[in-house]
Amino acid sequence: MEPQSAARTGAQPPLPLGPAAGDVKGVPTKGFSPTPYLFMAPYLALFFTFVLIPAVYGLWISLHNWDYLLPGKPFVGLQNYVNLFTPGSTTFGPFWSSMKATGLFTLFSVPLLVVVPLLIALLLNQQFPGRNFFRAVYFAPYVLGVAVVGVLWRFLLDPNQGLINYYLGTSIPWITALPWGWIALVGVTVWWTLGFNAVIYLAGLQDINAELYEAAKVDGANGWQRFLNITLPGLRPVLIFVITTTVLASANVFGQAYLITQGAPGQETRTAIMYIAETGLRQFNMGAASAMSYILALFLMLISVFNFVVLRERED
Amino acid sequence: MAQATAGVPGRRRLVGRRILLYAVLVLLTLLFVAPLLWMFSTSFKTNAEAIRDVPTWIPEEPSTEGYSRLLQPGSSEPVLRWFINSMVAALAHTALVLVTASMAAYALARMEFRGKKIMFALVISTLFIPPISFFVPNYLIVDSFGWLDTLLAVIVPGAAGAFGVFFLRQFFSSLPRELEEAALLDGANRLQIFTKIILPLSKPALATLAVLSFLANWNDFLWPVYVLFNSPNYTLPPGLAILQGAYAADYAVIMAGGVIASIPVLVIFMFAQRYIIEGVARSGLKG
Repeated sequence: MEPQSAARTGAQPPLPLGPAAGDVKGVPTKGFSPTPYLFMAPYLALFFTFVLIPAVYGLWISLHNWDYLLPGKPFVGLQNYVNLFTPGSTTFGPFWSSMKATGLFTLFSVPLLVVVPLLIALLLNQQFPGRNFFRAVYFAPYVLGVAVVGVLWRFLLDPNQGLINYYLGTSIPWITALPWGWIALVGVTVWWTLGFNAVIYLAGLQDINAELYEAAKVDGANGWQRFLNITLPGLRPVLIFVITTTVLASANVFGQAYLITQGAPGQETRTAIMYIAETGLRQFNMGAASAMSYILALFLMLISVFNFVVLRERED
Repeated sequence: MAQATAGVPGRRRLVGRRILLYAVLVLLTLLFVAPLLWMFSTSFKTNAEAIRDVPTWIPEEPSTEGYSRLLQPGSSEPVLRWFINSMVAALAHTALVLVTASMAAYALARMEFRGKKIMFALVISTLFIPPISFFVPNYLIVDSFGWLDTLLAVIVPGAAGAFGVFFLRQFFSSLPRELEEAALLDGANRLQIFTKIILPLSKPALATLAVLSFLANWNDFLWPVYVLFNSPNYTLPPGLAILQGAYAADYAVIMAGGVIASIPVLVIFMFAQRYIIEGVARSGLKG
């Protein structure tokens, strides 16, 4: 990793320059120079306006009964949060139902998105003609947006006119009943984003020292042993990255469910993001929506930290 | 470079493995490509053929009806307008990201200044905050600028993300310092060094960031669905959701919309594949 070395080299004068060099514009000196701040300014303006201020402003909103359409926005303290943990409140049921939907989707999709791309990366991590072509083909769906993927698969999964039922010879209600809805949403997501993880794994595999494999072969290790003792340990940082980003991406699922199942049946596949967006920006109940988004964010950050700690610890 | 030489198994076994390998690869290829071909094929069918009981992969009565219905002037689903909106937004967004992120990344990579560590830590830490946290407040902030239902709402806020700064800072830090030092000795100022030395040396990284930013903006769905209200102001992704509702089972039309929304990104992918895949691959190695 690099940050340290960058900081180190940045701190020392680049060359044994004479004292006059300190006067050259931009060379670090004790005196104040506006140059770095001018370089930072445009990005920082964006960052403050659309990241830092919203992060705090959102907390403020969540402490109010903030209806966009009404003039009064009374302060209600933690009431919006309390409601989310009070059975019988208007937000309790739908919110936790949507959290459950997001949780289920994450639970079903993450293992597939962690394992299948690894298998494909192992397949591609060999020398054969056309390797880059296949890598590109498997990656291709990822460059399409969720909107295209959603409307395309809504058609393919159409119970009557869809290709999937035609080729399976079934009439499965993919978009209107469970568990089919989950199978459809997870399957589409795997199809769409598998290439992304595969490419990351492949880069990780190519970083593993080939001599390790040679040495293991000499010692008589078979393929499975080499995978367990060389490939997996070598991939550990990449694995942490893939698991963490996949969990976060899955927990933010929105477009697939919005376009394919539209929350059906009932609100069973309405995800947390769908419900928060509807509450905040369709019903304009922004206080409650903000509170929900912070609860969801807290969950996601806890999961990230958990992943990090658990996966890191095994290293020792 | 050390290449993994795959032992020396018997030649017949090797050939057998090769055949098996290609069989699996081709099967997977079908799985990934067939849905896209189906979208393309359906977009050139009449609606009757699009929903025929026995599917036809090659249209028997090729038709551009789907496209002409979408592109006719005065349509309540002005797909051409959405296409232009998407293009303007994605290009403007990409330009904004490149300028702001590269300047900030250069300062963070090569300059010493008070508050640098805090700023960098703050920017990086937001990479871990789920974007949903900013959703409602950003709606109100964008509203206060009068940007709701305008392209500015989909161009500007997304450029505040930390990825570009992080990505370019890594790259700039890896560049050799000698050229800059020589230029400094020659009396060049920071801006000259940045534009004449750093940026030209960073073309691959800038291209990668440009392509990734363009794709992200072109494909963005959740945010535009909620900040754009009137059909003429839509970008393609929320537009496709509207098409799906408006044309219900008229799949030839909907698939034509899907093709229109896919062509630019697929063309970019064909030409900039290396940048996209390298960019993604590198993001994992830094993790």
